[in-house]
Order: sequence, then structure tokens, then C-alpha cells
Amino acid sequence: MEALREAEAELTVYVHPSNAADVHRAVRRQLSALLFSYEERFDGVLLAHETQLVEVEECEVEDETVVEGKKKTNIVKAKILNGLVPYFGLRVHANLLLFSPQPDMILEGKVEMLGKESIHAIVLGVFSVAIMSDDIHEKFKFKRRGDGGRFVSRSDREHMIKKGTMIRFSVKSVDTEMNCHITGSLIPPQTGSMRWLSVHDAEYASQINSGKRKSRDISIKIEQNEQEHRILQNENSMVKSERPHKSRKRSIEDR
Amino acid sequence: MGADQWCDDMELNFSDSHMFRQVQHVLQSVRMDPFLIDLRDKDHYDFLLLAVDPTKKRSKDEMAVLVTILKALSEAVSKIDVMYHHALLHNIFTTCIWYLDLDTRDALLHLITRLAAVADQYLRECLQMLVNNFTPPGPYVPLMEQPRMLAKKKEIYSQLHETLKMISDTVPLASRMLKDVLNRSMPKLFDNKAKMLSFVECMLGLDTDRLGDLIGTTLFEKIVDLLTELDVNITWEDILQEEHNKGIFDMELEDLDDDDDNFGQEGTKALFGGNVCAEKLDGLMVVVCEHLKSCDRDRLFKEFGILKTIFRKSVLKVHKSKFAQFIMFYACSLDPEICGVDFALFLTDIFTKKEDDPIARMSAVSYVGSYLSRARFISADTVVAVLKRLVEWCIDYIKRDRDPVNQAKATKPKDHQIFYASCQAVMYVLCFRLRSIMDYPNLKSQLFQMPIESILMDTLEPLKVCLPSIVNEFLRQSRAARLFNASVDLPLEDIVESDLSKAFGGPNRLDMFFPFDPYLLRESDRYIRPNFEFWSLVKTTYSDGDDDELGDLDAPGMNVDSLDDHVEIDLNDDEGIEYSMNKMSITPHRSFYHPMAMSSDSGLSMPARIRPSVSPPS
Repeated sequence: MEALREAEAELTVYVHPSNAADVHRAVRRQLSALLFSYEERFDGVLLAHETQLVEVEECEVEDETVVEGKKKTNIVKAKILNGLVPYFGLRVHANLLLFSPQPDMILEGKVEMLGKESIHAIVLGVFSVAIMSDDIHEKFKFKRRGDGGRFVSRSDREHMIKKGTMIRFSVKSVDTEMNCHITGSLIPPQTGSMRWLSVHDAEYASQINSGKRKSRDISIKIEQNEQEHRILQNENSMVKSERPHKSRKRSIEDR
Repeated sequence: MGADQWCDDMELNFSDSHMFRQVQHVLQSVRMDPFLIDLRDKDHYDFLLLAVDPTKKRSKDEMAVLVTILKALSEAVSKIDVMYHHALLHNIFTTCIWYLDLDTRDALLHLITRLAAVADQYLRECLQMLVNNFTPPGPYVPLMEQPRMLAKKKEIYSQLHETLKMISDTVPLASRMLKDVLNRSMPKLFDNKAKMLSFVECMLGLDTDRLGDLIGTTLFEKIVDLLTELDVNITWEDILQEEHNKGIFDMELEDLDDDDDNFGQEGTKALFGGNVCAEKLDGLMVVVCEHLKSCDRDRLFKEFGILKTIFRKSVLKVHKSKFAQFIMFYACSLDPEICGVDFALFLTDIFTKKEDDPIARMSAVSYVGSYLSRARFISADTVVAVLKRLVEWCIDYIKRDRDPVNQAKATKPKDHQIFYASCQAVMYVLCFRLRSIMDYPNLKSQLFQMPIESILMDTLEPLKVCLPSIVNEFLRQSRAARLFNASVDLPLEDIVESDLSKAFGGPNRLDMFFPFDPYLLRESDRYIRPNFEFWSLVKTTYSDGDDDELGDLDAPGMNVDSLDDHVEIDLNDDEGIEYSMNKMSITPHRSFYHPMAMSSDSGLSMPARIRPSVSPPS
């Protein structure tokens, strides 16, 4: 899916001295605190991270507990911050998986609730999308039913959107204030029920079949953040990106 | 659901759909600079505002109008603008749903769900509005006990839960904000009891299914924090005063337990109540226990896991806590085989782990001792298994201590605190459990294989440092069972602490902490009592017949001086047993003079016979 991208970042993580015993864990926790909220620095929402400490040296240290008297230990170098609490400024190299939807991107989501004047869907199981009646194509007509109703296309009755349908929509705007709430639109071409599109929309169908994701081409165009260098080729470098991968796979199977 | 109903309504009823269009039109027409708004539209908008005015009292007809308007609004959420319809939103978000009838509530909550899903900007206010409605409005509070109101409360709670679940389904990240909102709205220590109870009750109702998985930990964290906060605000002085007023000193009141099912009126009178914090805590304990009781098995395991983590984090080291830990006790009693055993092992793990801090370890061993002694649902197998681990640890400790490197470092009893604490725990457990262990030959042989004697006779002299009351009782029982044959100089019976034990930290020492001493809260007592082992019911190795037991405990002429001020009260109840029981409960008395030492006092809930005199001369 578009909007998902990997990034490499050089970060300085400030670790409280009380966590000095297990620096790796402290760094992970610090980064995990950023999960699922929009970060301006990353220009997106952090979904997964994998960190590596910079400036680690392996050296031998005197140690009473070991018989030979020396033991191999990794020494992490960090700057100590001036001030009341002497935080360690650790240099960290991180691989990040980011979700950064931009206007006009095409995303996929699952419809969770709908009514005459709005469709509410969820992208990647986490981000909520609202599509207002003004942004729903005129060809869709809302029909009330016991189960909450459905939108049925006037041109093809097969094309319908109801609770649980996977839809493709274009991003209209993104509210980055809090939860990265997306306002979407079903007006542009190749939007609507994914199942229907995969059969009736030649271009979309060929996209899936060729296996080429449009996202890659587009993500190159996105301006690079100072700190980050996107890795486009080496997808294996991401360890924790299972979730989005999974959902991508699932969405393909769905079609 | 109401939603379906009104869908049907709308198709049939012209005036409704007309109304819907009208509302949309009005909302649209005021979306501009106030000067530019057509006066007629302005009038219409004002009518809308008035219709959803939260302070207005409504007749049946007006209520019907409100329902229609609310439905119309939820059809037109996209037209609502935070800038131009601020007043309208304000009215919606300050509405108290307790004043509305069922249909209106449905319509309003539907609107709230829609608003929450439309954009992030309303989300917080929507959640806040729902959370505010967790507690009934002031005028309703005194009426809450009425059956009619109880039914309404149940209805409202289920509607609120339904709505919050719906919001969390459509906006998955809302649960994070909900945590924050709950955190801010959490009742404070000085809020009134009714508010606290209804809030916590409603909050626990959220702890189901998926939403529970997302926010369950936070919910329990908040609740346990509140419990411990209340708990530490109840001092033994409060209890003492309370008891003075009532003229009853006996806090354990174990005599009432003679008849196992006697939970009658009598039992309640002497339990501790009256103190504001205690009453609140009591009520909250009922709510939490009730919640745990209602959980199915899978849920209970999850809850137990969460509680365990929270316990480790925020209860274990609270030295003053007296009642909050009983949540764990109750949770364990609901599933003795798994949770019950798990808790014992969990505590033992904390104790034996070198990396943990000493205070936590000391506390953990006190918990283990008290838990194994008091929890009726724990089988003798488990007790022996845990004892074995404790004894092994002690042996290791002694071996390490013999190491010349360590020996130079630690010479004072205080340095061996943790060792003494575990010895004491072992003895304490055996005081309660020895007899029942003896009934199983295999467990008996296991127990007899443990090098208990060599630990207790070690040069560290745990028998001299541990609480004499426990040591004496232990010696008496173990001699009768032939577990312990070496002769020892018994510590004098009528001193609380030997010189050594004083050197070891005096009344403030940590090892004199018996977390699961008799539970004193009136209402919630019924959850704890059935599974709680009272000392008066413990069969000892030296008394075979059940009837002799009281004779054994009865201690004519013992410690009378220490109980001078109790005597008159004892006379109120003309029962012989009462007297001996009273002496199990001099607890508050002593702590009155040593306020810091409350938990240590509770350790003295051993039989009167061996209970040393502790009351200072009055």
C-alpha cells in the first residue's frame, strides 16, 4: 500500500541514568512510546522500529567473576547531558516503518460503520477514515437495511459497499493533530469496493496481477526528510514490519 | 437497536425526513459570518440550540422533538462545524444522559458515536462526555439505592459501554485517548463514596472483550492505585478510635467463626467501619470483587495476569497496605488450582531473585508466609513445595554466609534481615499448616526431610531474632509433631522482642509484616471470609480433639494486666471465649503508641497463650 514506507534514521535518544543497566531496552522503550502517534519529525506515524546503537566498542575489561580476570564486554559511548538529571545522549541508528498518508494517495481500508451521509473505515486495523457524503460518488445510492445499510452503485448493482467491505479510496486530508485521522474520498477513478474493482477495473486488475506496486514509484517522489534515507531495495532489513506486510498480503488475498 | 427503528420511522414518516432536511439546511445556512446569517435561519438555529439545551426540563412531547432533532443531527454530522456550531456542540457535550429516557439516550449516544468517528477534533469531547456520565448527577445520588434507579443505572451503563465499544471499533486509536480521559476523570481520594463507586463500577464494565484487552491494564492500575491510596489513609489509630466508640476491641472476632456459616449480624458489628476512607475502600472492594466474580475463566486469567503485574509494581512494597492486597487473595480464591498456586510461586520467585531489591524481597516473603497460612484454598502440596524452596534458599544462604568473604561483611542481625524473614515465614506457615501436612504421609516425609532444624539451630540464631510469639508456637507444635527435637532456650514469653530482634530494627522492621491478617472491612468481608483461615480454627498438632482447642487457647490469668482496659468491654459479652479472643486483637492498642508499626502488630494474631504482653502501662 502507498503511504507505508521504510526509513533509516540517525537519532539521539536520551536515556535516564536509572535505565543505564539495560540500554537497549531503554532505547526500545523510548521509541515505542512514539508508536501509533503522528510524529512531525518522521512526517508520519511510527509503526515499527529496529534500533542499533552507534559507537559500540568491544573491549576487554577486568572482571572478578571470570577466572581469567578478563571478559569481553561491549562498551557503549554516550554523551552525558548537562543539567539536573544527567541523561545519556545515545546515538542510535534506527530502521523505521512509517505510515505517512498524503493527500491524493490511494489507500485501502475496511468499512466499519456507515450511514446515509458517511462511511467510516479502518486502514491497517489502526487508522480511522471518514468519507463524507459529499465525497461519495454520486453513482452510489444509500439503501437502509437492518444491518446498518449499504451503498449500491447505480451503474452496477454488484458494486456495493457495506460493513466489512474492503475499499480503495483516495486521501483528501489528514489530521495530524492527534491520531492521524484521515478524510477520504470515493470520487476519483479506481476507488470503491476492492473486490469489484479487481474484476471490473482493467487498470487496477493489471496492477495487482503484475505484482508491481505503484507505491514504490510514488514514494520516491516524496521529499526526503533530512534525517532519513529511504531504503527501497532492501526490504529484508525490516524486522518488525510483519504487521503491515501481513495486512498487505491479506488484502491481496481478499481480492 | 434504536437506530434501526428510526430508520424505519424515517421512511414511513414524511415529517421526520422533512425535519432531517430542515436541520441540515439550518446547519448549512449558519456556517458563515454571524452578520451574514439570514434572520430566519438564525431563529431556526436558536430553536435547535434550545431543543438540545442540557439544563431544560422536558415534557414527553418535547422529549419526542429532541429525539427527532438528535437523529437529524446524526444524519448531518458532516455539516456540523466546530467553529460555527460551537454552542450546539457545547450543548450536546454537556448533556447528562441520566435525565433522559431510553430512546432519547439512544439517539444522543448514536450522535456521539457519529461525531467521534467523523474527526479527531470531537473525539476527546465525546469520550469526556461519556466518561462524565459514568456517575449519576448530584440529585440522583441519594436515590441510587432504589430498585427503579438500579435498573436504570444498569441500562445506562450498558448503553455507555456499547457506545464506547462502538467508538473504539470505528476509531481504534480512541482507546489511547480514553485512557487519558479516564485518568483525568478518575475519582480522587476526597470524592464522595457514591461517586467513586459508580465510577469504578462503570469503568470495570469496560473491561470486557477487545476493549478490555486494550485498556484493561490501565483500568486496573488506576483502580488499584485508588485502593492503595485509600488504604494507606486508614491508620490503625482510626481503627482504634472506632473501636473505642463502639466499645469493642476484638478485631479478629474469631469466636464468631466458631460456627462456620455464621456470618450474621453479630459478625458485622465488630468489624471496622465508620471511617470515611474505610467505607469507601469497603465499597470499592465489593465492586472489584463482584467484577472478578463475574469474569469467565479466560477473562479471569487475563485479569489475574494484569493484577499480578500491578501488585508487583504498586502494592507489594506498600508497607502500610492492609486491605488492598485482598484483591489478590480473592482473585486467587476464584481459581485456586491455577491462580492460587501461581500467586504463591510468583511471590517465591520475587523472594529468591537476587536482582530484586531487598525491600521487595522481604515483603514478598512476608506475603508468602501470610498467604500460605491464611488461604484455605491452597493445598498442602503447594504449601510443602513452597516451604521446600524457602528452606533450600535458607540453606544456601547459610552456606554463603560461612564463606569467609561474606562473613566479615555482615555480623549484625540487621544484615541478615532477609534470612530471618524467611525463617519466620517458614515457622509461621508451619504454625498454621503443620497439622494438616501431617495428615498426608508423603508430605510428612517430605517435610521431615527438610533440614529445618539445622537452619533454626544455626549460629545465626533465627529462633532468638524472630518474633517470640511465632517461635514459641512453632516450637510447641513441632515438638508435638516430633519435627524439631533439639532443645532451645525458649525466649521469654512476655516480651515482644528479644534484645536481638530489637537490634534488628525494632518495631519498624519489615519482617513483621503479615499482609493477610484478618480482614476488617464490613461489606466486602463476605468475599474474603469463606476462604480465610482464622487462627482459632486452626488445628494444632498438640490438640487432637476440636473441643480441646479453645481450652488450649484459654489462658486464665495470663496477661491480664495488659488487657486492663479491655476487661470492661469483655464483660459486655458474657462469654468465656470472648476473653481469650480479645487477646488476639490487642493489635491497635500497641500501634497506638507506635503508630509506625502497624503492620508489625498485626503479626501478633497468634493465640493468646503465646501472645506476649505488649500494651504499655496505661
